[in-house]
This record gives sequence, structure tokens and C-alpha cells, in this order.
Amino acid sequence: MLTLERRPSPSRMWTMLTPPLAVVLTMVAGAVLFAFLGKNPVEAIRTIFWDPVFGEFAFYYRGQLLVKAAPLILIAIGLSLGFRAGIWNIGAEGQYIVGAICGAAVGLAFYPTENSLVFPLMILAGAIGGWAWAMIPAALKVLFGTNEILVSLMLVYVAEAMLASASSGLLRNPDGMGFPGSRNFKDFPAAHNDYLIESAGIHWGVVAALIAVIFAYILLSRHLLGFQIRVTGQSPRAARFAGVNPSRLILFCLGTSGALAGLAGLFEVTGPAGQISIDFNSGYGFTAIIVAFLGRLHPIGILLAGLLMALTYIGGEAAQSTLGLPASAVQVLQGMLLFFLLAVDVLTNFRIRLGKTEAA
Amino acid sequence: MNRRSILAGAALAFGLAGAVFAQDKTKVGFIYVGPIGDGGWTQHHHEAALEMQAHFGDAVELVYQESVPEGADAERAITQMALGGADIIFTTSFGFMDPTVNVAAKFPNVKFEHATGYKTADNVGVYSARFYEGRAIQGYLAGKMTKTNKIGYIASFPIPEVIRGINSAYIHAKKVNPDVEFSVVWAYTWFDPGKESDAAQALIEQGADVILQHTDSTAPHAAAAKAGNVYTFGQAADMAEYAPMPRISSIIDVWAPYYIERVQAVIDGTWESDNTWDGIGAGMVGIGEISDVVPADIRAEAEALRDSISSGAYHPFTGPLNKQDGSAWLAEGEIADDGTLGGMNFYVEGLTGDIPN
Repeated sequence: MLTLERRPSPSRMWTMLTPPLAVVLTMVAGAVLFAFLGKNPVEAIRTIFWDPVFGEFAFYYRGQLLVKAAPLILIAIGLSLGFRAGIWNIGAEGQYIVGAICGAAVGLAFYPTENSLVFPLMILAGAIGGWAWAMIPAALKVLFGTNEILVSLMLVYVAEAMLASASSGLLRNPDGMGFPGSRNFKDFPAAHNDYLIESAGIHWGVVAALIAVIFAYILLSRHLLGFQIRVTGQSPRAARFAGVNPSRLILFCLGTSGALAGLAGLFEVTGPAGQISIDFNSGYGFTAIIVAFLGRLHPIGILLAGLLMALTYIGGEAAQSTLGLPASAVQVLQGMLLFFLLAVDVLTNFRIRLGKTEAA
Repeated sequence: MNRRSILAGAALAFGLAGAVFAQDKTKVGFIYVGPIGDGGWTQHHHEAALEMQAHFGDAVELVYQESVPEGADAERAITQMALGGADIIFTTSFGFMDPTVNVAAKFPNVKFEHATGYKTADNVGVYSARFYEGRAIQGYLAGKMTKTNKIGYIASFPIPEVIRGINSAYIHAKKVNPDVEFSVVWAYTWFDPGKESDAAQALIEQGADVILQHTDSTAPHAAAAKAGNVYTFGQAADMAEYAPMPRISSIIDVWAPYYIERVQAVIDGTWESDNTWDGIGAGMVGIGEISDVVPADIRAEAEALRDSISSGAYHPFTGPLNKQDGSAWLAEGEIADDGTLGGMNFYVEGLTGDIPN
């Protein structure tokens, strides 16, 4: 018989080992799934996990990997601060949308100036937009003790309605023949988040994501605020004795994650997406939650997890068009990644014993 | 610009490589906005694609990608297909317009066909169907069949294609029933059974006994069937499983002949950028069988209307017509030009409510 025995403290070794183990398990289970769908499992796994990085068209995909991973990493870094302190911002998707709308609106208001200050101003507006949207659940929690999970999640749907309204009303392209969608930022150089190095897929959003990783790392390991975040997550009572002001922490964590999500939205709308449109948001805010946990809420972990998640997207798309895998099979694969991670987490907190069950 | 030309150069090299392969097999790609089993828009495009492949047999290889979001991901999905050696790529949703044009600029040797858009290039053609012709027949039937004189309309997005449909249906309902009133609900989705069902229910509760839809699921039919004496129309697909009640007719998208023709042109090397907008006459818009719940004389008149539109004898937008604000639009006998129809952003006189702006 297998029995589980609680470890006195979480195993450091397993904390590091479980994410790669979850990836391997996902590959195995995915291969079985693909085999049942009548596809060659080895080829499918190779198409998803290997080809985008080392295959024939890697020159294109490697860059795309960064393009896809950057918003995920940027958002996940912000979320991880709150998650560590037990503050659950589930509405990054909404903050992402509002950041994009605010940033785009500022840029479009200056159309067609060629002033180089326009883009920095848009970045600021994007961050403020996301921050302000996150301040709603933060303020409600601080003032009335509402649940930030529900409020932030519900605000996603409000943000989606605002997006639909903005793209068919306020921000609609006046030269777009009545069709919804804003002007394309590719045709507005002063506001365009162009590639800095196109073949590498590097644009300002990628740069911002890397900066966020570094800052989060320093904050968590060297700064008093980082200590407060960690101690609040581990023991709220101890944190109170250590002089942590919970309201300030809530405002900081939700505000920062909102601002980063807003930035991600701004870089996306002015770069890869190119315009505000009704379906502009594509779930980055929700996927980033998986990325944050997959990365163990650690900045470096999140960096790697974001790249891995991007790989499953890009490889998954390639598998769809080259092998005819259904889109839902790829989504199952991505879901399994989080599922296996949570499952093998047991190993971090428990020790598996072979033998008879002992009396509890 | 330099940075861009690196990729363009690489793309060009692969485009040429693709052309070499093309001699034995033509690779045809499809990008879909929804799942291939959505029962409406995407499923119909996919079935037409399969029909096209069956027509050519081994000469054509079909690749497709479903559920592609209309944002940054679309551009990558299309690039992926072009890199993979596709000779022609059909992008089947309005939101793929800018991504299609962007990718096309990098792959001059690949042909692109974008559905329902308006931006063309040397290697980008656009195609759409004159669905408003079918709406005229629906409007006629709705005006004749309603007893409460209230007609519900589930609209998707306030874009010209949808507004044209509302106007066309209203004009022809009003013509046969001057007391008719339209309530339009904007669902802001092409496919969302839950929302569509809610919209249908709300309209029925307000007294509507005919529901028109510009969304793709069968949910409104199910809601109508539950309510009893309510009539509906199939959208994109025939939706015959709800005939003879509540579904009394339908507008069917017929893409296969166009796909076969355009792929043939690629094989023959005669493909040129086009701007195709065909209706009932050319066979791109099909009118589903009018069920026998509709009295025989009304059915015959509806079919006569269909035939007159099909032959070109009658245009659904023929004056005299005024805009909603009362200003004159078309004089007696005047026919709307395609430019105005293509960018239509106003209601005709008599419709109430505003187009969301």
C-alpha cells in the first residue's frame, strides 16, 4: 500500500523538480491522447515541443515565442506578488483590456502627430488604466472587506463590454467604412510598438517583461516590501506582529499587477495586435494565472513557464495545421499541464511511503 | 524596413520552394474563427472546403486551423500556413482582414482570399455573399406570418453586413404589413448559444412571434420551439432539424462553387485578385425550403420574390426609400449602388432605436 506522510516542511528539491516532472507527464499523457486520435504521437509531441525551437521554420517561431510569452510573463509577474501574499487578482484579463483601451485612446487622440513623446505617454496611460481597474477590487476590499476574487473577475466582463463599445464607437477608425475596430497602429509610426529586432521577435513589451522579471526578483529577495509579501502569505498573523499594514499591501499588490497587465495590453494593442477590436483580448490574463503557478510564483520560474506556455500555443497551432490535430486536443494538453503540476505538488508537501497504513 | 526585409527574403525563398511542390499537389489552407462543428458559419466553410477537396481529389491537399482568435494570433496562424507551403489561403472571418493583408505583403507568391472584408492587394482577393437578398424573403415571410406585428431580430455586431440585413428584412416586412414593428437586440457575438437563447426569450416575452437571427447557433430555434407559436429562420446552415416549426425557411451560405473556381484558377495559374459579391442568382446564397406551415399562396409569392431577385429583375434596395431621420436616400425606381451598401451604417425610415455607436 502507498501512504502519504506530511513532510515537516515543503521539500526544496521537489519544489524545483515538480514543474519539469509535470511537463514530462503532460507529454506522455498528450502522446496517448494523440495516439487515440489516430495521429503519430511522437510526431505530434515533436511538432509541439521541438519543431518551433529547432525545426525547419525555427527562424520565425523563435521570435514568435517571445512575442507570445512577453504578455504572459509581464502579467504573471504582477499576479505572483499578490498570490504570494494571499491576494487573489483573477481579473488581469480586464486590467489588460482597460490598459489597452486607455493607452490606445491617448495615442489615437494625437493621430497623426509624429512627436516621439506620444508612445511614452501611451505607455503611461496603459499602466494607469490597468492600475485604476485593479484599484476597484482593491478599494472595495480595503473599505468593505469584499472578496477581490469575485470583484476582479466580474470586472473582466465589464471590461469586455467596454472593449466592444470602444471598438464600434469611440475609438472606431473613421476611415473604416463603418466597420468596428480602431485605426491600425502600424500606420501610425509615432504610436507603433514596432519590432526592435524583428527576426528575434523583440519589441518593447518583451523588454518590459524582462525588466519586470529583474525588478520582481530584487523586490522579493532584497527589499523589505518583498519580505512583507512573503511573510503575509506564509502567516498573516505573524505578518501583523511584524508590522505589516494589510491594506497597504492589498493596494500595492493589486495595483502593481493591474499596472503590469495594463502595460501588457498596451504593448500588445500597439504591436502584435495592431488595433483595438472587439475580440482583441485573447485570454492572456487568464493564461497568466497558470503561468504564475507553473513558475512557482518565482520570477525566474515565471520567465521559463511563460516561454513553455508560449511553446504549447505555437507548437499546438503548428500541429493543428500540419497534422490536423483538433484545437480542443491542444487545449486539453495545456489544461493537463496545470493539472499534473497540481497533482505532483503532493510530492512537495508529502512523502510517499511503501508499506502498511499506520494508525493515524 | 531593413529588419523587415530579412523575413520577407526568407519568406520569398520558401514561397518559391512552395511553388516547386505545387506542380504535383496544390496546398489549400483555411483559417476558421470558430470550431469546425459550430453548426453555422465555420462548419459551412469547412464543409465547402471538404467539398472542394473531394472535387479535386489527389490534386489538392487541404490544411486548416480552427478557433483562431481575431487578434495577434491570426497573423501567426496565417504566416505558419504560408511557411508550410500553402499556395492559397482562405481566411474566413471579417476580423482576419488586417492580419491577412499583412502576411500577404510578406508572401507575394501565395494567394490569399479574405471573406467579408474590403481590403485587397495583388495577391489578396475578397469575397462575400449578398445575404441581404435572402433577408428580403425572410422579411416578406415575417410580415405575412406575424400576428402580433412584432418581429424580433437578433443582430451580432453593428457592421454594414448586419445593418443591411436588418434594413432589407424591414423594408420587405413593412411592404406587406404596414403595422409591423422590429425590435433589434445586439448580441455582440457570432456564436454564443447562451446569449442567443436569452435574446430570443426576451424578444418572445416582449410579444415577438417571428425571430430573425444574424447569429449562427440553433439556440433561438430551441427557444422558439419551447414558446410555441413563434417562427424562426435558419442562418448560414439550413437548420432543417427545426422544420417545419419553428423554422419556416433559411438563408444558406453556399461557398463550395467559389472555392472550387478559385483553387482551379491557382492550379491553372490564372488566379487574379478579385472582389466577388454574389447573391442568389450566382448561387452563393441559398434559400432553404419554405415549410408547409406557411400557406401555399404566401409560399408561392415568396418564391416569386426569390426568383425575381435571382434573375436580377428586382433589387431589394429599390427606391423610394428614406433614411431613418427622414432624409431622402433613393428616389422612385432608383437602385442602391454597391458602394453605399458596402458601407451601410444607417437604418431606413420606420426602424426604431439607434445603431450602437
